[in-house]
Amino acid sequence: MTTLLSILVDGIAYGMILFMISVGLSVTMGLMRVINLAHGGFALIGGALAHALVTHGVNYWAGMGLAVLGTMLIALPMERGLYARIYRMGELQQVLATIGIAFMIIATVNYTLGSTLLPIPTPEGLRGSLDLGFRTLPYHRVAVIVAGLLVTLFLYLLIERTRFGIRLRAAVDHRATAATLGINTGRIFALTFMLGAGLAALGGILGAELLPIEAYYPLRYMVLFLVVVAVGGMGSITGSFVAALGLGTLDTASRYLAPEYGTIVFFVTMAVLLTLRPQGLLGKGRA
Amino acid sequence: MTFITKRQLAVTVAACLLAGAAQADTIRVGVIAPFSGPFAIWGQQFQQAIEVYQAEHGTEIGGHSIEFLYRDTGGVNPDQTRALAQELLIREGVDYLSGLVFTPNALAVAELATQSETPTVIMNAATSMITTQSDYFLRTGFTLWQVTVPMADWALAQGITTAVTAVTDYGPGIDAENAFRSAFEAGGGTVLDAIRMPIQTTDFAPFMQRVRDQAPAAVFGFLPAGPPTYAFTRAYNENGLREAGITFLGTGETDETTLEALGEPAMGLHTAYHYSAAHESEMNHAFTARLAEMFPGSVANLASVGAYDGAALIYHMVEVAGSDGPAAMQAAMGHAWESPRGPVSIDPATRHITQNVYIRMVDRDAEGRLINREIDTIEAVPDLGLSQ
Repeated sequence: MTTLLSILVDGIAYGMILFMISVGLSVTMGLMRVINLAHGGFALIGGALAHALVTHGVNYWAGMGLAVLGTMLIALPMERGLYARIYRMGELQQVLATIGIAFMIIATVNYTLGSTLLPIPTPEGLRGSLDLGFRTLPYHRVAVIVAGLLVTLFLYLLIERTRFGIRLRAAVDHRATAATLGINTGRIFALTFMLGAGLAALGGILGAELLPIEAYYPLRYMVLFLVVVAVGGMGSITGSFVAALGLGTLDTASRYLAPEYGTIVFFVTMAVLLTLRPQGLLGKGRA
Repeated sequence: MTFITKRQLAVTVAACLLAGAAQADTIRVGVIAPFSGPFAIWGQQFQQAIEVYQAEHGTEIGGHSIEFLYRDTGGVNPDQTRALAQELLIREGVDYLSGLVFTPNALAVAELATQSETPTVIMNAATSMITTQSDYFLRTGFTLWQVTVPMADWALAQGITTAVTAVTDYGPGIDAENAFRSAFEAGGGTVLDAIRMPIQTTDFAPFMQRVRDQAPAAVFGFLPAGPPTYAFTRAYNENGLREAGITFLGTGETDETTLEALGEPAMGLHTAYHYSAAHESEMNHAFTARLAEMFPGSVANLASVGAYDGAALIYHMVEVAGSDGPAAMQAAMGHAWESPRGPVSIDPATRHITQNVYIRMVDRDAEGRLINREIDTIEAVPDLGLSQ
């Protein structure tokens, strides 16, 4: 019974971390349909900025805000200069172009900050653990769970309930028609891409206690991001949410019950799910 | 018939001069290591330590000048390592090979070293059996058995009789698990559980919870340095193992290049290892000071000392035997010297380095930096892996 509860608690906490590090990708790849293998690169930029700020005495939360903002500002010229062209490419070209961008970000961080860990010291309030009675749960995981719920709510409202969301969905579904109707699709795409980059940075920083920031971050965790978005279904934030929690719990359960099988359970589940539902759990199944 | 013309004399003199020049030749040493990619820090640490050694001892010994050539393997890449070794031997005409961080890379050089009779000083690759693969292999690093067995013995001496092992499920991890278990059980301890964690693991909370539920006196961990160790030491603290009084036992997890990044959660972790940058000796102080002076921001770690002693061993072999491979190997056997890590020697039986193993505890120094403070010494430990 305790094991079951532990699996649930750890699974949800881990799933939420998976969600936080992939939600940016479910915006750029899921909504905007660009195969963005450089997603982890933006998480790395955010993490590296936060590392630089917080280790130089900036308050953790302020540093996080500035780092997210900084990442969005760095993303803007990249979107205008690079991604605006990448959107129009075929899938394979997108893969090649964005992984090239990932390598450039890695090399830049490696050159400036080195290839060692770039820790972001957590504030007093996030250290220690919450006592749940039968076990403890670290405060920073509680923070990630809260942040994950807030981000989900924010994105739901933004995409489903605002004028910006309507324009975004229109621009994504049929760019030419949306442009004909007077929607500035270029601007919509730039803003959405910045949002995706900002979320990547936020996830990178919040998840850093578990997936520490270092120059090779984008490649090390690329498969994790992609699996969450693919299983969740392209274009569905809720799908990514469900997928992250599901996969997180499953992976945690396999660690408790059958660690000798390694990550096989995780990937077999992914394969089976994608065979049964190639469009993902909540994907819209575009032809 | 026997009278010598002026011209013949000149030729003879020139030949003698040339021979003299050949005597004071340049001995070349090829260092193969990763200088780019995720493991670039290894090559960097090697090169810096070698340059420190050269700054201290000059570039000439026994009438030979020594030149180091560096080649980049990028990472684990046996084929490329072999190609680089071949290029160094044939095109560059090196007399010694060195470097070698990963076991597969070191093994790829064995045949070439043997065929060309080239003494090869392995600075890191830590699997015991490597040195059995070529009679020209020497090693100035460490082996997992060499540091893990003393860790188990020390734990027993502290009254720790129950332990859980938690190792990453790959070659070195399983090696460490076997070494710890055999020594711990031979000394009367009980290993309650042996957990092998998948190499892709990012969340160690489940494993730490499982350890805690079994309430052992200690947990022995082995993970690759970097992100896994970072997450593992955090999970150790966050799941309350420290509060529950479960001692953390490890080996290289608190490597100096990542120690500061591990931060507060690393405090008090116990590890057994052959080198700490905080080793108290005049020679180590001089070494670390010179390293920091020549390369600001650099800290000494196992790679530095492996390379520094590798250079020391190569200098000794060159001094005695020049470029004569078999004679150089003879000169290395049993050679003993003082290293920044303490007294060391080459064991003629294994061609591996015999050295002190230190029990360390993570602590802060006078300036508040995290260091591996040595609290106990097990003297002159040979490689213990081959006799198993």
